[in-house]
Amino acid sequence: MMQAPDAVHFQGVGQVFKTATGPLIALDQVNLTLARHEFVAVLGPSGCGKSTLLRLASGLLAPSAGRVSVFGTPMTRPRTDIGIVFQQPTLLPWASVLDNVVFPAKHMRGRVSQKDRAQGLEVLSKVGLSGFQDRLPSELSGGMQQRVGIARALFLNPDILLMDEPFSALDALTRDAMGYELLRLWQASPKTVMFITHSIPEAVLLADRILVMSARPGRVIADLTVPLSRPRDEHALRSAEIQDFAGHLRDLLIKREAA
Amino acid sequence: MSETIAPTPASSSPSQRPVWDRLIDMPVALPLICFLAILILWESSTRLFSIPSYVLPAPSRIAGGFSSISAGRWAEHIWATLRVAIMGYGVSILISLPIAIGLAKSRFMSRAFYPLLVVIQSVPVVAVAPIIIVVLGTDDAPRIVITFMIAFFPLVVSMTTGLMATPPELIELSRSLNAPTWREVSQIRLPFATPYIFSGLRISITLAVIGAVVAEFVAAEKGIGYFIQFSTSMFRLPEAWAGLTVLVIMSLTLFQTISLLQKFVFPWSLPKDQR
Repeated sequence: MMQAPDAVHFQGVGQVFKTATGPLIALDQVNLTLARHEFVAVLGPSGCGKSTLLRLASGLLAPSAGRVSVFGTPMTRPRTDIGIVFQQPTLLPWASVLDNVVFPAKHMRGRVSQKDRAQGLEVLSKVGLSGFQDRLPSELSGGMQQRVGIARALFLNPDILLMDEPFSALDALTRDAMGYELLRLWQASPKTVMFITHSIPEAVLLADRILVMSARPGRVIADLTVPLSRPRDEHALRSAEIQDFAGHLRDLLIKREAA
Repeated sequence: MSETIAPTPASSSPSQRPVWDRLIDMPVALPLICFLAILILWESSTRLFSIPSYVLPAPSRIAGGFSSISAGRWAEHIWATLRVAIMGYGVSILISLPIAIGLAKSRFMSRAFYPLLVVIQSVPVVAVAPIIIVVLGTDDAPRIVITFMIAFFPLVVSMTTGLMATPPELIELSRSLNAPTWREVSQIRLPFATPYIFSGLRISITLAVIGAVVAEFVAAEKGIGYFIQFSTSMFRLPEAWAGLTVLVIMSLTLFQTISLLQKFVFPWSLPKDQR
């Protein structure tokens, strides 16, 4: 029997941007693989091309070199079986919470069916926002707005979820709570997740595997499996083994910064 | 407790606060009082120094200027100006929108046409108006063109700025859904541009009134601009001032109409405290 293709596969991917001061190498020779239903965190300093990586994986950007394929198919244009959660919730301020969640349907097909609305309400209840469907985004807290952003990404029930530092704009307490919430969602309905972050604790808590990146040019310098079983809790995070692991990650990031 | 918070003077009972301090909380009464004070000062000084009415007519003389023609004649003049202003305004909106979409969506368009728009904007319309009248005749068409030339530029700029101010993530969301471009414009960019569009609409409506008046100065037999010019040529300055007052009220009313339209149709596009 043939092995199922990887959810996301990067082979020798490079990305060069033209800038006023000459070409900028954002990514150089990136090889990576996300297995189906794997939760992978991409950890790196700012400016290391993490967001570029995500845009390549989503098909919004075509690589300057190398190949990006999804479920064995070369990426040629954005796919609707990939959901994206952005750093900011970026909701439509004039639309209700439910209208924001079902926006992908409206945007793709021009109309929203009863089925779409029912599906939207179901996703909202999954992210813990039942009863908020008629509110405007401005009436919600930052954490709740980002839940709406996640619900919007989950609305089309994508196989792959790309998350670009989704909790970095939130305060520390909300951020922790959202991390556990995301784990709960992911365990209830597993998806392939690429989670961009610059927070070591966040990466350790969430991911099966962590890809550590260096800056300028952006490269994957380490690919580490998190030595933690699931389900995870705060207690597990405080173990000596995990503290060592986090320290190792920190060394990797700092050494690169200094070099 | 080592410390208690002393009540500040402002939060003590209102009657203890000085009058001017309480007036700050009256956003309607305060400017009205100032306006009345200026009128009284104006009236008394013109009488006291016997300023001739062709230099500065007293407010009471200006009020008299209103009764120099019948209400029906006023209505005709007001309608003539209002009609040209609104038609020119409508044309400005209809032309500005596609231009703004083109400028916002295409770097080629913005590189090629934006400098041209600036050139058009830099042309002193008052100087071109006589030429336009000669070319297009003396009916509504040249007046609408003149109004358009004065009113359209702020609209193009504010619409373009608004269309470009959309969060890039939402454009990426649109692209990730493989949606057609026109839906990106209609469902994301245009609604996001609403606050910008309305600030342009507010500026342009008062410019449209100016445009209509300029056109009437050049060639017209009706309208407030015509009335002002006719009155001054006959040396009837209080009447000209009355015409001017009507224009100010017209501009303010139109401006307020646009603001109210935004408030009731697009309340989300206003800052929270103005909804």
